[in-house]
Amino acid sequence: MKRVYVNEQWCLGCRLCEYHCAFANSKESDMVKALKDKKIHPNIRVESKGNINFAVSCRHCEDPLCVRGCITGALQRVNGLITVDKDRCVHCYTCIVCCPYGAISPSEDGAIQKCELCIKNNNGIPACVKGCINQAIVYEER
Amino acid sequence: MILREGDVRIPSGCAISGIIDKSRKRFSGEEIIKSIAVMRERGNGLGGGFAGYGIYPEYKDYYAFHIFYDNAEIKKQCEVFMDEHFDIINLSKIPTKKMSEIKDEPLIWRYFVTPHPTKLKASQLDEREFVAKSVFKINTRINGAYVFSSGKNMGVFKAVGHPADVGRFYKLDEYEGHCFTAHGRYPTNTPGWWGGAHPFALLDYSVVHNGEISSYDANRRCIEMYGYKCTLQTDTEVITYIFDYLHRKKSLSFKEIAAVIAAPFWKTIENYPYEEKEKAEYLRNIFASLLITGPFSILVGHQNGLVALNDRLKLRPMVVAEKGSRVYVASEESAIRIIEPTLDRIWAPKGGEAVVINATEDK
Amino acid sequence: MNYIYPEYEVVRNYARCITCRACENQCSNMVHCYVECESRMESKDDNCVNCHRCVTICPTRALKIVKSTHTFRENANWTGKTINEIYKQAQSGGVLLSSMGNPENYPIYFDKILINASQVTNPSIDPLREPMETRVFLGCKSHKITRDGGGKIIPKTTPQLDLSVPIMFSAMSYGSISYNAHESLAKASEQLGIYYNTGEGGLHEDFYKYSKNTIVQVASGRFGVHKDYLNTAAAIEIKMGQGAKPGIGGHLPGTKIVGAVSRTRMIPEGSDAISPAPHHDIYSIEDLRQLVYSLKEATDYKKPVIVKIAAVHNITSIASGIARSGADIIAIDGFRGGTGAAPTKIRDNVGIPIELALASVDKRLRDEGIRDSVSLVVGGSIRSSSDVVKAIALGADCVYIGSAALIAMGCHLCRSCQSGKCNWGIATQAPELVKRLNPAIAHQRLVNLVIAWEHEIKEMMGGMGINSIESLKGNRLMLRGIGLNEKELSILGIYHAGE
Repeated sequence: MKRVYVNEQWCLGCRLCEYHCAFANSKESDMVKALKDKKIHPNIRVESKGNINFAVSCRHCEDPLCVRGCITGALQRVNGLITVDKDRCVHCYTCIVCCPYGAISPSEDGAIQKCELCIKNNNGIPACVKGCINQAIVYEER
Repeated sequence: MILREGDVRIPSGCAISGIIDKSRKRFSGEEIIKSIAVMRERGNGLGGGFAGYGIYPEYKDYYAFHIFYDNAEIKKQCEVFMDEHFDIINLSKIPTKKMSEIKDEPLIWRYFVTPHPTKLKASQLDEREFVAKSVFKINTRINGAYVFSSGKNMGVFKAVGHPADVGRFYKLDEYEGHCFTAHGRYPTNTPGWWGGAHPFALLDYSVVHNGEISSYDANRRCIEMYGYKCTLQTDTEVITYIFDYLHRKKSLSFKEIAAVIAAPFWKTIENYPYEEKEKAEYLRNIFASLLITGPFSILVGHQNGLVALNDRLKLRPMVVAEKGSRVYVASEESAIRIIEPTLDRIWAPKGGEAVVINATEDK
Repeated sequence: MNYIYPEYEVVRNYARCITCRACENQCSNMVHCYVECESRMESKDDNCVNCHRCVTICPTRALKIVKSTHTFRENANWTGKTINEIYKQAQSGGVLLSSMGNPENYPIYFDKILINASQVTNPSIDPLREPMETRVFLGCKSHKITRDGGGKIIPKTTPQLDLSVPIMFSAMSYGSISYNAHESLAKASEQLGIYYNTGEGGLHEDFYKYSKNTIVQVASGRFGVHKDYLNTAAAIEIKMGQGAKPGIGGHLPGTKIVGAVSRTRMIPEGSDAISPAPHHDIYSIEDLRQLVYSLKEATDYKKPVIVKIAAVHNITSIASGIARSGADIIAIDGFRGGTGAAPTKIRDNVGIPIELALASVDKRLRDEGIRDSVSLVVGGSIRSSSDVVKAIALGADCVYIGSAALIAMGCHLCRSCQSGKCNWGIATQAPELVKRLNPAIAHQRLVNLVIAWEHEIKEMMGGMGINSIESLKGNRLMLRGIGLNEKELSILGIYHAGE
């Protein structure tokens, strides 16, 4: 299955992926309208220390702890992709505690949010991958 | 003022024809006139000419110089030069026939000569190089004199006019040879000068050519480095020098020359067997600047035969035919059928594929 | 007191700025900063070199850089640029330094030359339908034909370079440009079947795998030169001069001589790498000949030797001397050629245009009958496929591109290479900047550029009815001058348009 991978060697820590992610999930057609004067809640986050930068998002694990921990079945593994059914989420945040990568976070409406490889916003290629200026984030089969 | 060849580059379309008897059996020049006359439509009456081989058997050991002079004064000047460098065995006006179709004729003279032995020795050149150098000297230094034929036992006859008229003007039917080539010219402006007509010749190499080569200046600038002077700015002149250089000076065979001037494409070479590939690559590499691009079909006459060659894309027509010991080459099949309706074989050679016709050894 | 007013102004469209701070993150010159209390971005125009890194990455196109309209009192003699230079020197007491090629308003002859095309008498050739060849060999062509006993030609030549298209990447040293820039050039050359040039910085051990496509340079500092370096290469270039700074050596400051750069150059970390102005073993042409042959001896006569010179006034006799020195290839660098750093006044005032140098050298070598014994490679500056076509028609065998290659990789010609703070990861050794140039992207952009040019070259050749590039070489009838005077036309060896 194709996943989003990050090559630390090329990640510049510019955080543009975070903004592209937030924009892609905003349902707006203009980035300025979507993000201007707003605090963003992206599903990918750049961790930086010194000269090392790494963008982190859901790994779509083979045996996902978040799915196992989900008490309502809001998180499901479908064809390898881990998706969220927000209507089923009861905001217990067990998944957030379970995820070893910190890739799940609460959204503004309280339900959890995570990277779903942009399948729900019709981007085809995940927005973070498309927007990465140094091809550090790639979407590929490994 | 209308500019002469040499002052301006004049592209032209053309007709070419050639006949050779491989057994060196001689035949009348009338046949080649008949052949080229059929392709009258391919020329526009602004240039025609012939080369005949084996036409001077009685003088076959002497270089036959055919020279145009603008006037008698220049002739005198040129003859002083000739006297200095050559022993002149025989000289005469080239016989012509007055006719209304051929106008503005210059003085046309013929000399049978052999290099002055002491001059030749002092020059430290081989005999043919000495003769070629002398031809260049006359053509570049004596303004108004132009040597248009300088080989042994061969001669070029050319003028401004339709080739059939030019043939009659020079009484070509009265010559017999074992090989003739002919040319009808369609220049794209009006040349006022006879020297620009084809064939173009140096020593016994003569070239008739149909086409306009796009590599002209690359070829010219390359060949001029080896001592040639392109005074006419015509493709034919440069092609003649390339043949002379590669054949006489570099001792390449005519097939090898074809692999230089109409080289196979790299893609074709790639598929050659190893040895052939190496050779083809080598020839293309070291003679890169002698590759000729753009359309051409050429007939190169020389003392041992005739070579017919098309450009690598075959952008000009050319057919070859055989009948007995005779081989015919022409721009159009009709020009062959008119003189030999029943042929043993007729074919159109591929682009870049040299047809090398050797006559039997000259005894 | 700082007399210099910033040359550029950063214009931020606050209506579009989403304060993502990418500009701040990516500017090594610290132009942008985030003002926490106001939640907005600010910029310090003084620091801006107009490299467009921020402009390019800004996701909402909220940025642009404009030339400041701030002006001195108008004066044709004392221009703002001249006055500023005096301020700078009065303040620092130093030599003015600049990067990239001569930016001054001298004639660009390539832009005053037009190319021919076929009509009627000669068919143009469609490169999409017919073969169109751009392969060239570089090296000595003047060979005596030898045959074996059976009369077969022995196809043996002196060593040659074999290129799919007559374009090479010119010398840019590891040190002046980054590891990733070198890797991009090397990879692209391999993929394209052409060559790149190490410049005078040695060859990093990681790049020996590209040696089939590598020309190694031997320059006056001899940095990084050793036996394996010479023997691994496809060709060896002796650098006598550079178009951007003829007669001047080079100076890579110790701050850039770190880690692998120091190891590759074979000099201690932190020491300045100073290339002397002349080679101290070459004070005349006979000495050059000795170096040419020492290098040939060292490599068993298996590598072509290139001698690179800057285009200067007596270029024709220099080239003629080199052609007789045993060199296989002469590379000439015009006065617009680039540099990582050069004294500004040298860059802007020394040397001659490559078009004139090329035309004169090609003619001179032909007049002397020795054009065959060397190939001619020209650079400085070749900017487009039409420049390539014109250079070849004037007489070059091949061109070198440097600046164009850098631009393809992302260089925005801000001409601040000497600062070492290249925001595009090209002219820098700072690891956090170097990593901005991902060779996976950059090498592909180089490949794309050369392929695009190749297509255009083929189209132009086809238009002229030429289907192999060797028939274009020196084919000056295919060129016409426009708006040039008699002297210029005669040096270029071309007619005026309409003639």
